Amino acid sequence: MQGEQMESDVAMPRRQPIRWHIAVFLAPAVLVYTAIMILPLGGTLFLSFYKEVQGVEVFVGLDNFRTLFGNERWAADFWNALKNNVIFFIIHMLVQNPIGVALAALLSIPKLRFAGFYRTAIFLPTLLSFVIVGFIWKLILSPIWGVTPYLLSLVELKFLFAPWLGKPGSALIAVSLISVWQYVGIPMMLIYAALLNIPDEVLEAAECDGITGWSQFWKIKLPLILPSIGIISILTFVGNFNAFDLIYTVQGALAGPDGSTDILGTLLYRTFFGFQLQLGDRTMGATIATVMFLIILAGVSLYLFGIQRRMRRYQF
Amino acid sequence: MNRLIKTSLLAATVLSGLASVVHAEDATLTIESWRNDDLAIWKDKIIPAFEAKHPGIKINFTPMAPTEYNAALNAKLASGTAGDLISCRPFDASLELYNKGFLTDLSSLDGMGNFSPVAKSAWQTDDGKATFCVPMASVIHGFIYNKDAFDKLGLKAPKTQEEFYKVLDAIKKDGNYIPMAMGTKDLWEAATMGYQNIGPNYWKGEDGRKALIAGKEKLTDPQWVAPFTELAKWKPYLGDGFEAQSYPDSQNLFTLGRAAIYPAGSWEISGFNTQAQFKMGAFPPPVAKEGDACYISDHTDIGMGMNAKTKHPEAAKAFLAWVASPEFATIYANALPGFFSLNSTAVEMKDPLAQEFVSWRKDCKSTIRSTYQILSRGTPNLENETWTESANVINGTDTPEKAAEKLQKGLDGWYKPAK
Repeated sequence: MQGEQMESDVAMPRRQPIRWHIAVFLAPAVLVYTAIMILPLGGTLFLSFYKEVQGVEVFVGLDNFRTLFGNERWAADFWNALKNNVIFFIIHMLVQNPIGVALAALLSIPKLRFAGFYRTAIFLPTLLSFVIVGFIWKLILSPIWGVTPYLLSLVELKFLFAPWLGKPGSALIAVSLISVWQYVGIPMMLIYAALLNIPDEVLEAAECDGITGWSQFWKIKLPLILPSIGIISILTFVGNFNAFDLIYTVQGALAGPDGSTDILGTLLYRTFFGFQLQLGDRTMGATIATVMFLIILAGVSLYLFGIQRRMRRYQF
Repeated sequence: MNRLIKTSLLAATVLSGLASVVHAEDATLTIESWRNDDLAIWKDKIIPAFEAKHPGIKINFTPMAPTEYNAALNAKLASGTAGDLISCRPFDASLELYNKGFLTDLSSLDGMGNFSPVAKSAWQTDDGKATFCVPMASVIHGFIYNKDAFDKLGLKAPKTQEEFYKVLDAIKKDGNYIPMAMGTKDLWEAATMGYQNIGPNYWKGEDGRKALIAGKEKLTDPQWVAPFTELAKWKPYLGDGFEAQSYPDSQNLFTLGRAAIYPAGSWEISGFNTQAQFKMGAFPPPVAKEGDACYISDHTDIGMGMNAKTKHPEAAKAFLAWVASPEFATIYANALPGFFSLNSTAVEMKDPLAQEFVSWRKDCKSTIRSTYQILSRGTPNLENETWTESANVINGTDTPEKAAEKLQKGLDGWYKPAK
């Protein structure tokens, strides 16, 4: 193909001098990345094979993983967290990303007035600290001081109100939706950019062929933004399986009620750093972190090799 | 020019550093603490009182945020930069420091005799042979009530459980007040203000707590399930949406006068005194029948120990002996109403609410929270599980029996009592 041809053209005639500048330019990024990402990651993986026995860390092989999956209590906590995490992810995929795409589609309508205002307003929560978001939503949903019961009573729907954050059945959904509210701006922006990238000629050609309105969106625009949707999905996946902050600020480290909002991040936090009387357990914490890493790695690999390679890309 | 300024600044810093070293020819002791709220009290009241009596010793109180304390202290001790005196968290956190050799054995310190065995148990080795921190203060559980509301409704502080529910029913019927301000959102309210508050009356305080540690009693025994059964009965008396009511919500509901009874810990006293616009009273957890022996949770919360690597062990011991004296107890308890001295000598306190709380010590037997000693060492952590289950019982997610069974099962998973 074109790339191969170029390579052979350039590589053959004379020997290249060693290109030092490449190493020099790469060095800062490589050094920083190694120091703050790769080494800690390696250290964590390493630590998961050790156990602290009377103040000394000894190598125990896969014992920690056996405890995590074999011990009834550890396994129950872990699977509960994983299940909640999957639900957390599914809610994001089903609510956040379709809404993001829809908003982007609306924003890209050329005749829309105040598009810039909407764009900023919807993106703004993403810039807020999770502490603020958690606090605001706790207040909004509070049965005592919150504005929700009042607003619902204005439309005669007060009977629908419940202390959502305090009920095992609804707490996880409520927290997920808060997270969706906060981060819906990101898929919107990415898709919006992708939609703006579609050349007018393509759309005009479609219109000449009589494809307009909704069918234009489904048949022309959507296939063209599919790669962006793929990227968003994988970003959501990684973000959700690393999530911790919002749950911690809204529901606390025990992720109540009854562990119903406990996700892998909060389980890791409690195990690694300890909580109240529970002393931190570095090695079990590292074990959970390793499992999280593997889950995310598996998900990303699945996407890269299973989906992205097969995705059709269109060149304009 | 710029460089000159920098150099002179540097020199000035170094010199002033040297100067302070030179000045402190006598011993200067640094106190590590997590009570940054108390900084003013230490600076204005406690330290001057000590320094007036011990002219050669200077005290430096350097508190940090409570959430950072344990981790920061461990790091400082390990690197040898920690202060001379260490504020001690109760039980395992401090025991670990002692076992690692960071804290000195203080069993023979002057004034240790001023404390009861229960008071010392929080800072002793499991066999009780070595005590490594001087007990400073405890917090007592009970119920604080809105006296104005009670007067208006013609109610009196209940003594027995029957009276307790009658009072709650009367408040509920009147409808002007939420009978009880407690939420389950933060979980620990249900466990600490609920379960640990009323529990000692059922498991007979220290007897039950020790029997549990010895493995003679189980959490599934009736006396340990009973507090859960009572908690489950509280549900109808809590405010609307209590499931999502957080700890500050409960405090505000009470101090704004919207709720009549607040299941409390005595640490609330100073805050409530400034916030509430009405008269307050307090009653101990009600007993089953009039005249039954009563038990209160008088939980050891703060102690002070000595860094094993201190350069001034004699000065540090002099300070600790003073902390163990009735004089310190009087200053501390009055400066911080709600943090009660553990000293056996009765301390005179001026705050009426604090007086009420501490008066229960005369008639009732003191105990500490059942989950704190030894039983929360493993995984799953009994204290954390108790938080979750107490909230579950009130929410109706679990029955009292189910909750007790879960706790016992978790405990059995790692705890093997000494036979």
